[in-house]
Amino acid sequence: MKKVQDFKVLEYSWLNDENYILKLIADDEIPEIKPGNFAEIKVPDSADIFLRRPISVLDVNYEKKTISFYIKAIGKGTRKLGQLNIGQTVNIVYPLGNQFVVQDEKKVLIVGGGSGIAPFVLLGRELQSKDVDVTFLMGGRTKNDIFLTDEFSKYGKVEVTTEDGSRGEKGMVTHHSLFKSEFDFDKVYTCGPDPMMKAVAKIAESKGILCEASLENMMACGIGACLCCVTPTHDGNKVVCTEGPVFNTKELAW
Amino acid sequence: MVDLRVQIGGGLELKNPVTTASGTFGFGQEFTDFIDLDELGGIFVKGLTLKLRQGNDYPRMAETASGMLNAVGLQNKGIDYFIETTYPDIKKYKTEIFPNINGSVVEDYIAVAEKVNEIEGINALELNISCPNVKEGGMAFGVSCPSAIAVTEAVRKAYDGVIIVKLSPNVTDITEIAKGVEGAGADAVSLVNTFLGMAIDYKTRKPVLSTITGGLSGPAIKPIALRMVWQVYNAVKIPVVGMGGIMNAEDAIEFMLAGSSAIQIGTANFIDPQISIKILKGIEDYCKDNNVSAVRDLIGALEV
Ligand SMILES: Cc1cc2nc3c(=O)[nH]c(=O)nc-3n(C[C@H](O)[C@H](O)[C@H](O)COP(=O)(O)OP(=O)(O)OC[C@H]3O[C@@H](n4cnc5c(N)ncnc54)[C@H](O)[C@@H]3O)c2cc1C
Ligand SMILES: Cc1cc2nc3c(=O)[nH]c(=O)nc-3n(C[C@H](O)[C@H](O)[C@H](O)COP(=O)(O)O)c2cc1C
Ligand code: FES
Repeated sequence: MKKVQDFKVLEYSWLNDENYILKLIADDEIPEIKPGNFAEIKVPDSADIFLRRPISVLDVNYEKKTISFYIKAIGKGTRKLGQLNIGQTVNIVYPLGNQFVVQDEKKVLIVGGGSGIAPFVLLGRELQSKDVDVTFLMGGRTKNDIFLTDEFSKYGKVEVTTEDGSRGEKGMVTHHSLFKSEFDFDKVYTCGPDPMMKAVAKIAESKGILCEASLENMMACGIGACLCCVTPTHDGNKVVCTEGPVFNTKELAW
Repeated sequence: MVDLRVQIGGGLELKNPVTTASGTFGFGQEFTDFIDLDELGGIFVKGLTLKLRQGNDYPRMAETASGMLNAVGLQNKGIDYFIETTYPDIKKYKTEIFPNINGSVVEDYIAVAEKVNEIEGINALELNISCPNVKEGGMAFGVSCPSAIAVTEAVRKAYDGVIIVKLSPNVTDITEIAKGVEGAGADAVSLVNTFLGMAIDYKTRKPVLSTITGGLSGPAIKPIALRMVWQVYNAVKIPVVGMGGIMNAEDAIEFMLAGSSAIQIGTANFIDPQISIKILKGIEDYCKDNNVSAVRDLIGALEV
């Protein structure tokens, strides 16, 4: 069940000067959150920021009633969300969107880049609970773009590529050696910049395996009411905030 | 107890003046986790056309100062889908459901109106002659008096229920169009639809919207919308349903004082999915605090 709920800022963890984790705490119960779900966050005290901002749920603790978000400050809203006072009220609408499908996979590859890594903590945990063999492949321009690898290593192997070679293998994620050696994954999950997801989807397709991608899109309502956030598919325009953000890449006409 | 009932033309009474605007509230189902739809005076559902429409390409929205631009372009599954699938699911709600009908040519409007005429339980439709986001038809009907009259007359012949004509603010004199459609058989007018606007990304030197121009809504348009409601209220005898940037109960009351018999809440639903019910409670509280026994006493009660 979707909810509008007030939280309070509990703490910040800054990963570097533009990437941070915002942890919020609530008085009320937190509804069940699935890997891939996101929240529409109202940026407090910002008359110039009219619409809510869609942000994936990074982590949740139902007993402690806390929820956290991994945010990359790229504009006025994501910057402001990094400058709140501890204890300040933040209103969110959540949990929104569909989820990554976990069925009977045995061995999966998760490819992430940029702020697209956020949904993979919950996904990694779910996969681990089902004894799935997980490999995370994280890409960035330099080592300063690679985050949360300690967290991901709790749920599986972590591989890294950087364009300048400052960490892991040099190049783009799709150049990683794991694509060259024996490829025995039965599913790929991806979230990150569009060109990365497209390249990953193409490889998955060439290997004949299923690929799910979580799309980022400009949203107004986040609940399927405005139809602003569509993506073209082979079955017409689909609404990313309700029919997505996770799509089987075969459906997408991108 | 405040009497919240209002008459909105053609003998149609709403249990309260708070309704939701077309295109900002889906078909109501999107909001059932947040509010009890039965409490609303009415729901103006997403714009419907004769055939399925994919709408415009992405990007379809841009945030602006105190508002947003949209270029959705009437994406919908068509009137038949509404009749066969959507309406059966939402008719259980104890609120007035208003189909918002659209077309590129008069014949389309007539065909949709004829189909709406057959739906049991629907008492009124909103005739949208003001969508700025479609290439052909849409707003073109609403910005010239003869075409606004022609489409209203045609739908009047095809439809037996209450007709609310939704006016475009993108005109020189909105009262002329209002009077025109009143003469052509409209039972009420609703206003305003979005203002034609535009957003540019100075970094890429490209338009933000796929359609270059789009419709502006939200608090940015409120003072202009309020002025137009006041002008139209003074120009016609039929009821006026007012909207444009209503964000809270104070705004809603101002629209009623300017002459709105009922109000529609649009973009505010995106900011707070519970806002419609909060506004209803706010109006009721205002009436109690000011010894207004019937909310209809607020309609056009502006003291000038
Ligand atoms: C389902 C979903 C989940 C997301 N999860 C996360 C997350 O976990 N962490 C995170 O940091 N970000 C996430 N995002 C992206 C985030 O919503 C945007 O970065 C944010 O809305 C930008 O707001 P702003 O006010 O900072 O930027 P603005 O000042 O509004 O814009 C700055 C620039 O970014 C562009 N932009 C704005 N919003 C988006 C968008 N949604 N997609 C692409 N470009 C955009 C603008 O066109 C502009 O050029 C997610 C987006 C979606 C749709
Ligand atoms: C995303 C969006 C979609 C809309 N779609 C429709 C529509 O299908 N039919 C219609 O008559 N008006 C449509 N409108 C206009 C609204 O119903 C309303 O007239 C306008 O937004 C002004 O009110 P507001 O400022 O409260 O939003 C749409 C508005 C928005 C923001
Ligand atoms: S953001 Fe409104 S429908 Fe997706």
